[in-house]
Amino acid sequence: MAAESSPKIVIVDESPIRAAILEEGLREAGYVDVQHIREMHNLLARIYALDPDVIVIDLENPSRDVLEQMFQVSRAVRRPVAMFVDQSDSESARASVDAGVSSYIVDGLKKERIKPILDLCISRFNAFSKLQDELDRTKSALEERKIIDRAKGIVMKLKGLTEEEAYVLLRSTAMREKKKIGDIAQSIITAAELLK
Amino acid sequence: MTGQPLHIGFIPLVDAAALIVAVDKGFTAAEGLNVTLVREVSWSNVRDKLNIGLFDAAHLLAPVAIASSLGLGHVKVPIVASFNLGLNGNAITVSPLLHAALMAEVDGDPLDPMVTALALARVVAARRKAGAEPLIFGMTFPFSTHNYQLRFWMAAGGVDPDEDVRLVVLPPPYMVNSLANGHVDAFCVGAPWNSVAVDLGIGHILHFVSDILERAAEKVLAVREDWSEKNPEVLAALTRAHCAAAAFIENPDNRDEAARILAQPERIGVSPEVLLRTLDGRLKISPDGTMRESRRYLLVGREGAARPDPRQAAWLYAQMVRWGQSPISPEALKTAEAVFRPDLYDAALGVPGTVNNDVPDAVGAFAGPAFDPDDIAAHLAAFEIAHMKG
Repeated sequence: MAAESSPKIVIVDESPIRAAILEEGLREAGYVDVQHIREMHNLLARIYALDPDVIVIDLENPSRDVLEQMFQVSRAVRRPVAMFVDQSDSESARASVDAGVSSYIVDGLKKERIKPILDLCISRFNAFSKLQDELDRTKSALEERKIIDRAKGIVMKLKGLTEEEAYVLLRSTAMREKKKIGDIAQSIITAAELLK
Repeated sequence: MTGQPLHIGFIPLVDAAALIVAVDKGFTAAEGLNVTLVREVSWSNVRDKLNIGLFDAAHLLAPVAIASSLGLGHVKVPIVASFNLGLNGNAITVSPLLHAALMAEVDGDPLDPMVTALALARVVAARRKAGAEPLIFGMTFPFSTHNYQLRFWMAAGGVDPDEDVRLVVLPPPYMVNSLANGHVDAFCVGAPWNSVAVDLGIGHILHFVSDILERAAEKVLAVREDWSEKNPEVLAALTRAHCAAAAFIENPDNRDEAARILAQPERIGVSPEVLLRTLDGRLKISPDGTMRESRRYLLVGREGAARPDPRQAAWLYAQMVRWGQSPISPEALKTAEAVFRPDLYDAALGVPGTVNNDVPDAVGAFAGPAFDPDDIAAHLAAFEIAHMKG
């Protein structure tokens, strides 16, 4: 009963990193049959070819609407598909949408067997957003560092200050004007460009 | 109710105009509402976020609101609409290749949908004879006016939409690309995507959907029924703000400003010029520059368009029955009709509303008998091609 032990899961996600994080999590949890679809063209045909038990898609993917076609009675559909969330489980639906992920299962697969998969998807999606946030924060900190360095250079040149004196001037101006040092630095760069 | 934050989801399409202008031009603020608009990428997302309460209201396909109330294809969550965001506004665009094939077969005025539907039937038959793949038509959602308009049109000419061609769901932003690279031969979608395809020289607008139905409820301002019962004042204020916005948009003097508001990158994000053409119902229909104008292309509030008409909900329900999405039952019909709430519209404005009867049966389809919501079974029996359940 291979299918009983490990349902076939298809991840539809244009982000290869997030899909990898999710896939790894699923494999660690013992779900060995995991496939990733990255290319959205002919999505339904790709899904039908893989014939999964569970489909996981990120909510930022416009192709979610394409999946809705699977609920329709049509000869193209081999097995009926249902969305996992239902009235009896609005908490899990909310958690799922908050995390930015949506799951579909084929009819007949027991909910108890799907719940751990969905929970895992939710936690992995949340982990990915956290990573993304951290990355964005690091990036913007780096950007700010660069801006401050440029502003320092301008101040040093115009006022004949040392690097440390220039920094102190930026910082004290920021404190006096109750602004971020990065904003002060940006104004200096803008002004310097205007007056070039 | 002042300041209660409201989150309203929308898809970047021109028929979200009344909602976007209501918020960005300050009509909602003037009603004491604090609205945040949330741009979404799929109807599934809009529906789900409305259903689970992340959105208070949403720009929603009218048939999705009905399907949600009926529990078709998804969770059953009763939805009501106090304001109709738009009538019509879609168009059928075909590839230059299919356009040429159709024009070679038309026998009569190509603006007449019966003429093009019969031409399509001949093209389909010729392709079958030649062993070619069936034509592929893109549309936006299984429960969409686009789906029903395409089906109604081609079936009138004898083309079975489930047997003779393939209908596929495509997200609107992907339509143009899919037509350009031959993944679909035609599509039915809302503005601005038809114009985008024509401007790129890769598509011809074959029909405005107003050729097929004179008045089709396209998108509604949807809220959950329980929400509407708990927040009647908020809903009334929201409805009034939408009426004010619709009146603003429909005034030709304001069109430029409306187009600029809608063009913002975080709203619809296409050029104001394309938006203006859409609002004016004056579209370039061919890459050679041919223009076509129709007063029925898209109605945002004028001619009684904003007041929900339950007969239009009944027509949409009848299409769900015709194409096997819903069984037929008097209860289901009643549920579908009850999604459209002219009483809430009238209550919000504080005046007794009037039913627009420019089109006697409220829809004005180009083929078949006049629509009769009181006997859907008999009405549908008049159509040869159908795939009813059971």
